[in-house]
Amino acid sequence: MIYADNAATTKMSETAVKTMVSVINDDYGNPSSLYGFGQRAKEVLESARDDIAGIIGADPREIIFTSGGSEADNQAILSAAQLGKKNGKMHIVSSAFEHHAVLHTLDKLKKEGFDITLVDVHENGLVIPTEIEKAIRKDTCLVTIMFANNEIGTIQPIREIGRICRDKKVLFHTDAVQAIGHIPVNVNDDNIDLLSASAHKFHGPKGVGFLYAKKGIKLSSLIAGGAQERGLRAGTENVPGIAAMAAALKEAAPRINETAAYLAKKRDRLIAGLKEIPHCAVNGDEKNRLPSNVNFCFEGIEGESLLLLLDDKGIQASSGSACTSGSLDPSHVLLAIGRVHDVAHGSLRLSIGEDISDEDVEYIISSVKEVVTYLRSFSPIWRDLEAGLKEHIL
Amino acid sequence: MALYSEKVMDHFRNPRNVGVIEDADGIGEVGNAKCGDIMKMYLKIDDDVITDVKFETFGCGSAIASSSMATELIKGQPVSEAMKLTNKAVAEALDGLPDYKMHCSVLAEEAIQSALEDYEKRKADK
Ligand SMILES: Cc1ncc(COP(=O)(O)O)c(C=O)c1O
Ligand SMILES: [Zn+2]
Repeated sequence: MIYADNAATTKMSETAVKTMVSVINDDYGNPSSLYGFGQRAKEVLESARDDIAGIIGADPREIIFTSGGSEADNQAILSAAQLGKKNGKMHIVSSAFEHHAVLHTLDKLKKEGFDITLVDVHENGLVIPTEIEKAIRKDTCLVTIMFANNEIGTIQPIREIGRICRDKKVLFHTDAVQAIGHIPVNVNDDNIDLLSASAHKFHGPKGVGFLYAKKGIKLSSLIAGGAQERGLRAGTENVPGIAAMAAALKEAAPRINETAAYLAKKRDRLIAGLKEIPHCAVNGDEKNRLPSNVNFCFEGIEGESLLLLLDDKGIQASSGSACTSGSLDPSHVLLAIGRVHDVAHGSLRLSIGEDISDEDVEYIISSVKEVVTYLRSFSPIWRDLEAGLKEHIL
Repeated sequence: MALYSEKVMDHFRNPRNVGVIEDADGIGEVGNAKCGDIMKMYLKIDDDVITDVKFETFGCGSAIASSSMATELIKGQPVSEAMKLTNKAVAEALDGLPDYKMHCSVLAEEAIQSALEDYEKRKADK
């Protein structure tokens, strides 16, 4: 099996599993309990916070633990909105290809009277900082732009966007779920006020993540209850998960550049190999993209059947086709970069992991070539394109 | 649990009656690329009996399987019987489809109906 869907989720690292199991077995106390055994769990929790804060350049008090990326996105955006509302600022700037955890939160705010501007992500899947600058108004309370896109992997000019927001005194949130643990992120250097992360995207467990909020930014709590996380996130902490998340990040951090360089080479070979398929296109900028991400559209075929046949060949991947989303529309990300419906249905995302070998890469290339050719052999669209009855789009 | 039944996967992996009939007596094409599924059916008809049928499909696994099953259900049938083919019959023959994939069986029914209409029209024009 070649698992090439690491953007969906990753396998936990051995260290993360070991850490988790050891906390489950040996430090199962409640961090809120006053006796020594509870306080030991508290220590595990706080040392995880210290580790994570250290890696992203934050102060431990600036980190709160959540149930994952979605919750962190919700809390960051709703908090900034609440702060804005108090000051009569009800305008938010974002982009059209954010994750649904961001977009659906913005939809909710829109219903409450907020005005939302979505900046263009262009054909290459990159936001242009000066366009953010132009979109910011006197009543803007938040700019939220993802660090790296989960479908097409494009890495946004976060540092410049952050600088603009600092200059304009507007809060800046970034959904860094796909970036943390994969490319260097530093909240100070990158001028970030609020940042969301999720452990299961960097070889940690599912259902745990964190929100970084710069000192002085008052977060609102989404969950009412106990005083955990300084009253900002009620509920007994997921100590084993949090400890495992920190362990995974600690493992990835020191060799982040090395891993990225290794993956980028495989990615580039995959892109070069798949480009040999006629009438295809790479989705998203080829340079400014996650080292693990390959995303293509192939004309004349549909993504779900491509995925099923690749699965038969032992390759797990994903697609932005409508049939894989359960709706009639293909991925909002592909539509946002200007892919028309016809070709957006025929997309393939490969998100590779460190365990991939050169043989795997070549096997993926030959398998995709074979499957695309096969599906085209009985595709009525492909027939029309080849017969010249329709114009090729790609 | 798998997304699809064994039957669906079988017809998806080994679709029956794939291809084109050059001298078809009826051709039907339904769906569009915008929604992600297109089916084209070719019928060869002798004495109002469907002697051969072929299909081409652009679409998801259940679209391909539904086309394949629909061709199997009408092959060798009199036109009058084929007219009665319903999407439910296609889905049932496939041991069911997920709810949000039922539209694929509807498309298969429509593709057959459209090819039969084309046949009737050609006959009337003769
Ligand atoms: C960019 C991005 N944001 C947010 C999320 C949601 O994270 P989680 O699954 O931890 O809630 C994901 C993962 O699906 C993601 O890729
Ligand atoms: Zn479909």
